[in-house]
This record gives sequence, structure tokens and C-alpha cells, in this order.
Amino acid sequence: MDPNFYLSTIWSVLKALPLTLEIWFFGVAIGLVLASGLTWMRASGYRLGELFARAYVFVFRGSPLLVQLYLIYFGLSQFDFVRHSPILWPILRDPMYCTILAMALNTAAYSSEIFRGALRAVPVGQIEAAKAFGMPMFTRFRLVTLPIALRLALPAYSTEIILMTKATALASMVTIMEMMGTAQKIQHDTFRPIEVLTCAGVIYLLLNLSIARLFAFVEYLLSPHLRPPPEQSQQIKPVPEVL
Amino acid sequence: MPANLSAASKAASSPDDDKAAISVKDMRKCFGDHEVLKGISLEAHKGDVISILGSSGSGKSTFLRCINLLEIPDSGEVRVDGELIRMKQGRDGRQMPADMRQVERMRANLAMVFQSFNLWSHMTVLENLVAAPTHVLKRPRAECLEQAEALLKRVGIWERRNYYPPHMSGGQQQRAAIARALAMNPKVMLFDEPTSALDPELVGEVLRVMRSLAEEGRTMLVVTHEMGFARDVSSQVMFLHKGEVDSLGEPKEMFARPPTQQFKQFIANFNK
Repeated sequence: MDPNFYLSTIWSVLKALPLTLEIWFFGVAIGLVLASGLTWMRASGYRLGELFARAYVFVFRGSPLLVQLYLIYFGLSQFDFVRHSPILWPILRDPMYCTILAMALNTAAYSSEIFRGALRAVPVGQIEAAKAFGMPMFTRFRLVTLPIALRLALPAYSTEIILMTKATALASMVTIMEMMGTAQKIQHDTFRPIEVLTCAGVIYLLLNLSIARLFAFVEYLLSPHLRPPPEQSQQIKPVPEVL
Repeated sequence: MPANLSAASKAASSPDDDKAAISVKDMRKCFGDHEVLKGISLEAHKGDVISILGSSGSGKSTFLRCINLLEIPDSGEVRVDGELIRMKQGRDGRQMPADMRQVERMRANLAMVFQSFNLWSHMTVLENLVAAPTHVLKRPRAECLEQAEALLKRVGIWERRNYYPPHMSGGQQQRAAIARALAMNPKVMLFDEPTSALDPELVGEVLRVMRSLAEEGRTMLVVTHEMGFARDVSSQVMFLHKGEVDSLGEPKEMFARPPTQQFKQFIANFNK
């Protein structure tokens, strides 16, 4: 046991945490936007959109993220038009952008399936009530379908987000020195894999713990109707203005 | 047919036929091969309370749901306050609404109360009551809140205004649902078996509210199994049998002298 080595390793790996978080955040955020689009296509009833979304999910859910990342980073640069494109090349030559892109494309496939399931699970009666009261489609979606579906999607979606945290480690395969890349470098320099990988593992563990807690809190906020009823004497909760 | 006399005389006595609060002409609806509605017509004038009776599978709920187009009828006309709901041929050959805006406007005038309440579970009771008036009728929020509180007092659950629906009994939820419908100031209220999902001891509180609505002259179409309500509160009873109007008339008359064998049998089963 060499506590100093552990401390210095943890410190070095922690210094790469911001980079890991950056990949994670942008991957997940862009993925969320793409997933919303895919879910919409899937639910829209347009044959072509539905077909595209199905094919997309089939491809990106069915192949390893690492393969997708390599294809984007190593593969696409083989094409002349990519290297000469003023828009594509600045993105595709940068490993950071490539990783974020691969993660976003990948998580979009999974998330869109989660959202689709959640939308289908919204009780018909809730939507019928909104229809029967004359709510137009968009209002209905915003006030009724979306809030209920979000609540339903949250448990599965939080798992997907945690999977994405762990997937950021793949960035080390395309030269990015995020936490895993940093840990690997120390490991190669010192030949002490157990200590180094343990440190990295613990940091990932704590990171995911906080993400899980965060989601649990959001879930709590979104489901007052599933908690025990308030006492009669409870302070009157004002109706929020956002409604 | 003596059963139709009162309805016919009523129609004749009102010179402006189009002014019925709601009128349905020859409505038909199939589910697959099964013809659920075989040409049903009904007219409700302002202040009418029409109970729609029938054994299960007679098409009474479907009829109600076809009126506000929660189900799209295969053919037939619906007029609300004389205004025809325009339909067109869909690409699959079935009928569909020509103008969703018109349908939404019509629905806002026909508030519905469901068998299973269908209160929005993620909103408090008060939020349930103001959601549609503020977002559909675009009325100011403060005014809606004030009205909502008054309505909740009226149906006796004001103390529960900040509760979420799952935290209330079935009777309280249904009263909240009725208040939600009232908050729209609807021209006609549609009740789809409002007491069928309730425990027997909770039925009374809901019926009391409905009775008070009938007494203040609300126009109501009520699909129900509550014979007492149909006989004592409604102004007309319509009995559906196998997708057709078997009989239609004033409740006192209908129950005292059942005009058809079917209806006689139907009420006999209830009196057992």
C-alpha cells in the first residue's frame, strides 16, 4: 500500500474529470435533441419518418459504440470529400467532436426507444380527457402527454445516462486524455494497474452515484401524486404559474 | 308509437328546429364487422336531461363518444347549437373531421364526465379545474381560479383542492371531474356512466351533485345504469337495444308503461 501513490493518481485522474463531463454533457444533450426528433418521427404516423427512425435505431443500437466511434474518427477521414469539406473536416478531424458525435448518435437510438415506450404508456383516458375538453394537439401534448410520459421515462432514461457516463471512457481510444485516458497513461508509466484502475473505477462510481441521486431527486419532484397524501392541515401550495 | 309522442310534440312545438342544443341524425358506427350504432337520432333542447339506458353492448357509450368525436362515427350528423360538425372522407375511405378547430371548439362546449374520472393525475384538483379554461377558452387565470374554488365548494371538496387525484376516493374524484366539466361553462354536459366505477356507498354523493345540476336547468346527456336517476331526474329516457333506439319518451310514462317488450325486460332485471 502506498497512500501517496493513490492520492497522486486520484488527483491526476480528477483533473481529467472536466473533460469527461464535457464529453458526457454534450453527448447526452445532443443525443436528447436527436432522440426527440426520432421519437417524433416514430410517432408521427408518416410512413417515411417511421421507417427512417426504425432503421436508425436498428443500426445504432445494434452495433458497438466503439465501432461507431472508429468509423466516424478513422473511417470518414478516408473520403476525399470529407477532408476537403470546410464544414465536415473541422469536426471530423477533431477526436473530441468525433466522440461527442458518436455518443450522441448512439444514445439517440436508445433514448428514442425509451421515449417511445413512455409515450405509449400514457394512459389513454388522460389523453381522452384532454381531447374531450377541446385541447388542440400541441396543448394536449404540453399539458398532459409530455409531463406524464417524462415521469414514466425517467427511470429508464437515467440508466441510459449512466451508461453514457461509462461510455465516455471510450474516448481514450481516440487519443483523448479524459479520466480513462489519463489513468491508462499513469498505468503505462508505472506498471501498477491495480492501484490506477481502482482509483479510476472509484471516481466513475462516485460520479454515477451523484448522477443517480440527481435523477432520483428529479423523479421525486415530478411525482407528488405518487407519494402519500398531504395532511389536511398542510400549508396551501400555490398553483404554479407555469401551468 | 306512443313512446315517441312526447319527443315529437316537443320538436313540433319548437318552431326553430336548428336551435336544439344538440342534435344527432342517423348516426352509424361499426367496429370491424360489428355494427354498434345502427342509425341513431337524438335531439336535446336547452334544459333537457336525457338518460340513455341500455344493457351492456347496446352502444350507449359509443353513441356518447361519437357525439364529441372521441370515436369517429361512420356516418351521421352532429349539430351543436345548430352548427353542423363538418366531416370529410379520409384517405382510407373513412369519415374524419374536416376541421379540427371546429371540433375542438365544439368539444369545449360539450364537457364530458368519464366513467373512470380521467382526472389528470399529475395535476392537483385545482390545476385540473383551471387547465382547460385557461388554455382552451383563454380566460384569465385569476378568474378561473376563483371560479374553480367556487365550484369545488359547490361539489363539497374544496378542502381537497390541493390534493392529487390518486389521493382521493372515487366519489371525490368524480365530483372533482364534474367540477372540471362545469368550469368550462359547457352548453351540454355528457356523462358516460359516471357512477359505474364507484363503490356503492359513494354513488349517492355523485348523484346528488348531478341532480342539482339537472335542477338548475343544465342540458345533460347521461349514459347510466341508475334507474332512480333516469326515472326521477331526467326529462327524457332513451333506451338503446342492439344499436338501435328501442324507445324514447318521458320517464314517468316509460317506467309506468314500458312501451316495448325489451324495455320491460330491461327494467324488470333491475327491479329484481
